[in-house]
Amino acid sequence: MDIARRNNVAVTGNPHGRTVVLAHGFGCDQNMWRLTVPALAEDYRVVLFDYVGSGRSDLSAFSENRYGSLHGYARDVVEVCEALDLRDAVFVGHSVSAMIGVLAAEAAPERIGALVMVAPSPRYIDDDGYRGGFSAQDIDELLASLESNYLGWSAVMAPVIMGNPDRPDLGEELKNSFCATDPDMARVFARTTFLSDSRADLKSVRVPTLVLECSEDAIAPREVGAFVHRAVPGSTLVTLRATGHCPHLSAPEATNEAIRGFLAGLR
Amino acid sequence: MCRTGQQPDPHDPYDPHDPHDTGDDKAADAAFAALLEDSAEELYENAPCGYLSTLMDGTIAKINATLLGWLDMEREAVVGRMRFTDLLTVGGKLYHETHFAPLLRMQGEISGIALEIKRTDGDRIPVLVSSVVKRGGDGEPLLIRTTVFDARDRRAYEEELLRGRRAAEAARGQAEADRARLQDALAVLQQSLLPDTLPSIPGVETATHYHTASPDRLGGDFYDVFPLDGRRFAFFLGDVCGKGPKAAALTSLTRYTLRAAALHDPDPVAALTTLNKVLHERYAGSGDPRYCTAVFGTLDPDPATGQLTVHLASGGHPPVIVLRADGTACFLPTPGGQLVGVLPSARFTPATTVLAPGDTLLLYTDGLTEARTGPDRTSLYGDEALLAFTAGHGGKPPHALIKALTGLLDSFGDGLDDDTALLALGIPAADHPMRNTR
Repeated sequence: MDIARRNNVAVTGNPHGRTVVLAHGFGCDQNMWRLTVPALAEDYRVVLFDYVGSGRSDLSAFSENRYGSLHGYARDVVEVCEALDLRDAVFVGHSVSAMIGVLAAEAAPERIGALVMVAPSPRYIDDDGYRGGFSAQDIDELLASLESNYLGWSAVMAPVIMGNPDRPDLGEELKNSFCATDPDMARVFARTTFLSDSRADLKSVRVPTLVLECSEDAIAPREVGAFVHRAVPGSTLVTLRATGHCPHLSAPEATNEAIRGFLAGLR
Repeated sequence: MCRTGQQPDPHDPYDPHDPHDTGDDKAADAAFAALLEDSAEELYENAPCGYLSTLMDGTIAKINATLLGWLDMEREAVVGRMRFTDLLTVGGKLYHETHFAPLLRMQGEISGIALEIKRTDGDRIPVLVSSVVKRGGDGEPLLIRTTVFDARDRRAYEEELLRGRRAAEAARGQAEADRARLQDALAVLQQSLLPDTLPSIPGVETATHYHTASPDRLGGDFYDVFPLDGRRFAFFLGDVCGKGPKAAALTSLTRYTLRAAALHDPDPVAALTTLNKVLHERYAGSGDPRYCTAVFGTLDPDPATGQLTVHLASGGHPPVIVLRADGTACFLPTPGGQLVGVLPSARFTPATTVLAPGDTLLLYTDGLTEARTGPDRTSLYGDEALLAFTAGHGGKPPHALIKALTGLLDSFGDGLDDDTALLALGIPAADHPMRNTR
């Protein structure tokens, strides 16, 4: 199987630098990193990809069974790393991808040598003594929100966006295409993301880890950031002065500075 | 297109020669002036849609009266105190953070996103939201301008559409499941009309093939091979009129009648005559006359010579082909045999042949010879073509002939639109190992 095509893999930056893999979260695709890539490209080799079911990945490779679990997404990461034969790469994961990175690093420790977790949350739904910020009903509401924007997904447009990995210019022009996802696949990703509980996986992390949280994040509140920091052995916590869940878009300078600082400190 | 100065512009209000400049137009001008009194501020506050402007972090800096009215909120409680996402349901907030905000950042604008806003009393209003980022002279994003449209009617309509779509999908799934079940049942029934296995006949190889034209319809072709006594065997192959359940009932009656008749009197003409009586009695007076064509025969092996004597009779069926070891092929004529079941007493034509090692007898139904061929699928494959094709396989054992014919059937593609049954009986040449296939 052609993993590079399946996951719409793009490699850029300094071919002699250490490899940094940038992984998007639930919602949009690798375009989310457009303000991050320029800050890393000079010193690092940068790998971008779309999870199967997102962006311009090969939608025919999607299976509800595989992607009904974060381990299925982690396999995407490992397979991308294997396809490029990455060793000791730094994995930067946004939102749910931070947890996917933890699972991938556990599955392929020789390939991932450090983690940057951007606005991570190991569990979104409140639990005994744990506040994730959401109730199960809230998640149902999100699924309904996805549903009500169902009509925004055009079956006619989809093949144009998804079917032309060789001609990225075709999709580029289409508005909202970065976040246009097949509704059935979006629903699977949303359920897998927001119903997941990866708290127990955090303590298995054996690599240097940077936890980046936002000062005001409706999806991953600060107490969740603190929880992740406490649970990941030896991790560093940086709180960005940023509102929202996407600091790499809303506060790119601060985000890039934190990531570059962390990368520079790695051996 | 530009006008030249040759003609006065008829819409120029200062043109004294304009014949349209009448009292009516003066009234219109007055109404237009009144509209101008509708200040931009008034239009903003009471526009038929909600307006709000936020800082880049979402803090609401300005909001119009229309939207405040929908929210049932006071301006003081909102401006500088709430973020745009505070107006949304939790699900909407999640959607905003994962889709809306990133897209707005990347594109500088976003339009027509379906969200719900929360009123003070907890009620929700479905809305369609569009936003643009206003930038300063240096390109730095300054604020976000957002319009909010009441989408209650539209959302209700969309929900109807979605409901309809889901119902259609469910109905389609049910129909597909029903169809699959029906096809399974038909396949089992079809299978029951054909023998599970053919008996092994010392020194004789048998091979068969059955092509079903449509998985939705029971076919009307049939065949069988069975022992008569310690030495002889009987065989038949035929084609009942029509398709579907009624044809299947006729096939069933035909098969069991021929089997029983053969045990009583294996003479081929006698067996077909019994079948004719039974079918005529059953169907002639029923208002739904049905009939079949068939070849019935017996095999009498002679272990001393290694030869096989074949006695057969045909009732309206295409003649069988005798393929000799040397590659000659000829029809075994059975002229004048009548359809089985139409007349109270029918005439059937007997024939006899002897097969030596390397010879094969081929029985087939007219699905094969009536397959449509040619680029426009208008000509029939025909008897002569079949004879020539068969001759090309002289000396090969029955299973090889059936395999070649199966390939021929496949090559017809959609030109083969009828069921086809094939039965080959032969004595393999000494240099071919014997096998029985179907």
